[in-house]
Amino acid sequence: MKKLALMTAVLALAAGMATAQTVRMGTEGAYPPYNFINDKGEVDGYERELGDKLCAMAGVTCEWVTTDWDSIIPNLLSGNYDTIIAGMSITPERGEVVDFTQNYIPPAGSSYMALKADANTMGRISVQVGTIQADYIASSGATLLEFATLDDTVAAVKNGEADAVFADRDALLPFVEESKGEFVWAGDEVQLGGGVGMALRKTDTELRAKFDAAISTLKADGTINAMIKKWFGDEAVVF
Amino acid sequence: MFADCADPKSLEGLVWFLCYLTTGKQVLFYWSFLTVLTLMAITAPIALGFGFGGALATRSHIAPLRWLGMGYTSMVRGVPDIVFFLFVPVALDQGLEWIRHKTLCPDWTEPVRQGADFVVCAAAKLPLSSSPQSVHQVYGFVLAVVAFSIVFGAFAANVLAGAMQAVPHAQLETAEAYGMSRRQVSRRILIPQMWVYALPGLSNLWMILIKATPLLFLLGVSDIVYWARELGARKSQIYDFPHPDWRLWYFLVLLVFYLAMTRVSEVVLRRVTRRLTRGQATMAGEAMRKAGA
Repeated sequence: MKKLALMTAVLALAAGMATAQTVRMGTEGAYPPYNFINDKGEVDGYERELGDKLCAMAGVTCEWVTTDWDSIIPNLLSGNYDTIIAGMSITPERGEVVDFTQNYIPPAGSSYMALKADANTMGRISVQVGTIQADYIASSGATLLEFATLDDTVAAVKNGEADAVFADRDALLPFVEESKGEFVWAGDEVQLGGGVGMALRKTDTELRAKFDAAISTLKADGTINAMIKKWFGDEAVVF
Repeated sequence: MFADCADPKSLEGLVWFLCYLTTGKQVLFYWSFLTVLTLMAITAPIALGFGFGGALATRSHIAPLRWLGMGYTSMVRGVPDIVFFLFVPVALDQGLEWIRHKTLCPDWTEPVRQGADFVVCAAAKLPLSSSPQSVHQVYGFVLAVVAFSIVFGAFAANVLAGAMQAVPHAQLETAEAYGMSRRQVSRRILIPQMWVYALPGLSNLWMILIKATPLLFLLGVSDIVYWARELGARKSQIYDFPHPDWRLWYFLVLLVFYLAMTRVSEVVLRRVTRRLTRGQATMAGEAMRKAGA
């Protein structure tokens, strides 16, 4: 009798696990406020909150995984995780390798940040490797300095290695606001990319459709706009 | 950890600092030291085993075994470590998944490689997607141990083969004259005597292994270098404990850690050398004998 009870308990547990598909969410964890690792050592940020909501709506269990930005697409393709939700802008080049959901952040500006406002934006510009900003600088004629993380690009400006850093305006904003005038905006804002979306393997069409539908719902009821305001400030671009 | 830490923004001075040093993230940093030490403790004996096998193989009288041993040592020693650390885990992982795919999902018709995607059935995933993150971390760690062992094993094989050559031939011939078989000569005379010749080379390798552990980060294991970078980076107000760029201090801690590790190793290795030298037909062994007499 005891055995039977145990068996049913195990079966119930197994059935419960089988119904909820586990989706591994790959992110960088070094790009606040999009995604970062908080003081508890957990993934946090706009994309964490959004991702958990999307998973609940799509009826899947989500597990968060961090990885280097450098190898974030190869790791997706080899199956180490199932989605990339890491502030990745939708571009045609990336679209050839992975499939994007619709964007969950509208196209936003990229800006130069430097130690003085008249910094030479055609000089040595530091960018994070493999970003749309890196592609833009490579074709703009300025000298390209690539770094592995956003923090490294900012450090390069601080120690004089680069004249300015070029990145998503929303990611640079905390640096400008909290540096007490050390960092300032330079040059003009540039519009790049088609907004930020989740990237999935091209073979994972079913999962992509689920997330797409969930994003549509959250866009329609205004949840996404409220979350963007919460994480990126009131001036942020909304849908 | 402390009740006072609940509202970090209101803290100041020493209390702030104590709270900062006991956040969950800092604790992960402390644990990563254990990861690195565990890696060394597991890798060193396995690599020595690989090296021992490789050295015996290169000296074997069976030609294919000798070719295998020589191929292994020269191939691995000739390829840059970093290429190997990137190649072995990926190849091993995909190879294992492919074998599992073939055995577990025989009626799967789609190809495994679709464009750039590597697609195997869900049951063949290693580890399974549904397994907790800790299992994935252990799996990554095991792949790292294998990669480290193969690379350092090849170097150790070369060191041990050289040490076997260095054992005086007269000793081996004398043993044969006493009627010992080849196997007995190896086990009773060659192997006990070779360690003293191998030790300088092996201690070198051990030092290099200590310093090579940051490569763990390349393999996706969150090691001390990863956490030092992550924790040291400037933290804005979005974090509970904002601070400027502290990477210099974090890397200083790593510097002290690695220096301490190499210092401890030097002391231990010196003792081992003394012990192995006793009674050996080397200059150092002879000096010890005279000093004792």
